[in-house]
Amino acid sequence: MMGWTTLLLALREIRRNLMRSFLTVLGIVIGVAAVVTMVTLGNGATQSVSDQISSLGSNLLMLRPGQRMGHGSSGAPPFKAEDAAAIKAQVGALKAVAPSVSRTTVVVVGTRNWATSITGSNEDYFIAGNWTLTEGRLFSTNEERAGKAVCVIGATVRKEMFEAHSPVGDTMRIKQFSCEVIGVLAAKGQSAMGRDQDDTVVMPLRTVQRRLTGKTDISTILISMMDGASTEQVINQITALMRERRKLTDNEDDNFSVQDTKEIAKALSGTIGTMTTLLGAVAAVSLLVGGIGIMNIMLVSVTERTREIGIRLAIGALEREVLLQFLTEAVVLSAFGGLVGLLLATVTCYGLASMLALPLIFSPGINLMAFGFSAAIGVIFGYVPARRAAQLDPIDALRHE
Amino acid sequence: MSDAEITVEPDALIQLAGITKTYGHGQAALEALRGIDLSIHQGEFVAIMGPSGSGKSTAMNILGCLDTPTSGAYLFEGVHVEHLSRDQRALLRRHYLGFVFQGFNLLARTTAQENVELPLLYRGETAEARHELALDALRSVGLEEWAHHTSSELSGGQQQRVAIARAIVTNPKVLLADEPTGNLDSKRGHEIMELLVGMNREHGITILMVTHEPDIAAYAKRAVHFIDGQIAHDALNGNAP
Repeated sequence: MMGWTTLLLALREIRRNLMRSFLTVLGIVIGVAAVVTMVTLGNGATQSVSDQISSLGSNLLMLRPGQRMGHGSSGAPPFKAEDAAAIKAQVGALKAVAPSVSRTTVVVVGTRNWATSITGSNEDYFIAGNWTLTEGRLFSTNEERAGKAVCVIGATVRKEMFEAHSPVGDTMRIKQFSCEVIGVLAAKGQSAMGRDQDDTVVMPLRTVQRRLTGKTDISTILISMMDGASTEQVINQITALMRERRKLTDNEDDNFSVQDTKEIAKALSGTIGTMTTLLGAVAAVSLLVGGIGIMNIMLVSVTERTREIGIRLAIGALEREVLLQFLTEAVVLSAFGGLVGLLLATVTCYGLASMLALPLIFSPGINLMAFGFSAAIGVIFGYVPARRAAQLDPIDALRHE
Repeated sequence: MSDAEITVEPDALIQLAGITKTYGHGQAALEALRGIDLSIHQGEFVAIMGPSGSGKSTAMNILGCLDTPTSGAYLFEGVHVEHLSRDQRALLRRHYLGFVFQGFNLLARTTAQENVELPLLYRGETAEARHELALDALRSVGLEEWAHHTSSELSGGQQQRVAIARAIVTNPKVLLADEPTGNLDSKRGHEIMELLVGMNREHGITILMVTHEPDIAAYAKRAVHFIDGQIAHDALNGNAP
């Protein structure tokens, strides 16, 4: 009486107590679903970040005044447009250098208001950011030099302010001045930080400096390197140039920082990975609790079925046959729970991924692992009750009320 | 008692010699059996009688290989079984013994058919053979029509007949019945006894039956009386049906 027959017996037992079997496996179902959902969504978030790296444009550096961390960032002198020009002229292997300054301001079209981020920069900004147009055109070098009131808007601004009709040629009012919409940028979606990158308006740098900030300061210089350029070498060159331009002596620290956006994205991916592991571990605990639930019910079941076990032993069941039967019941229950958990996880992931705008990445590894783990839980937590059943004395078991 | 001291009766199916059973140790020790000698031959129908505490249930457990004696020899078809391991005794029960209990002891929420198939399952019979043999056994107790009813849908008498079907489905050498009519009214009790007498007479199954009711014991061809852990009286019943 091995193999197939044992499985048949186990299934019969589970069917005999359908409601209880269902409640027993609920813990496993939830545990498996939680683990798989957490890990799948975590992988989606990581994927989203690495998508972001490529949408940032390859080999992008960000030059900012002050140090990234610690003191000194507030007092550091800002950059000027001339710094950007110097970098473009003196550092090799660069594709684009975009000095930029940003302000959050309300824009008005007719009766509509929208608070958005207005960035002043040059044509290189679109190269560095990997932006493409869906309508209209970008501003020209002449418009940039003259500080013309023209702007290129992001997909979100277009949707909020103009709805269906084409905005090219229309004007938007920004504070005290009007500006002509000359182009619409293709949508990029959320940034790695969760910011909507399409909620933006880009204008010539000079226009923003004159009409919005009233200063010639710039906050960030975006630098895009040629493919194959050595990031380290470029950073060293920029650092040396900036130290010279800012007249820093040898014993003074840099009062600016050059960040490799790839490094930032990598760090972010790492953080998300850690979070995923942590959440997965918490979910794994619930899987363990589910296993204890199975052990509990199996122990109750053994007590309740003492007479039945007595009958089986009396008519000649061997110890290992009874052990195997109860163990199989536990494993079938937990494996079934695991399977239902995987289904639940698939549904949950599908729903949550579309809600959180994350890519859905099906990973066979985590699904197999969660299923295998749930089956293993059946073996581990089913063993004690099964052994108790197998070692019952048939005479006592038959007398049991 | 060592094996050497037993005089083997070659034609006996079951032979007990100097069987004792003591529960507990020292002062608290309780001697349930105090030297039982008993021979049972193929085809006998033996009623084991006695007041409660006389040791008849203990003797029955030892005869049914559910328990082992403290000392003495137990020969089953000439083979010593008193020192067999738990699993060896299980195999002996599986292949040679059938049990009928006072409380029927059918599996709950399980059909009569499945109950009768249970011992065949442990013997590794195929599904087809199980099905056929179980139906045959149910037919012989007159419950063929009830094969697909669960035990809760059957009356007490019917349940005991299913239990008998389960006990004989493996075609055992010996059927051990422990107060088989104890939970039944007198009419159903007599029906069950008629059935057992039929099994004994037509199929030649050896039956050992514990009972304390004289009118039930009257169906047996031989009555063994236990008192204080010993056999007080062992006689053939000339009036048995």
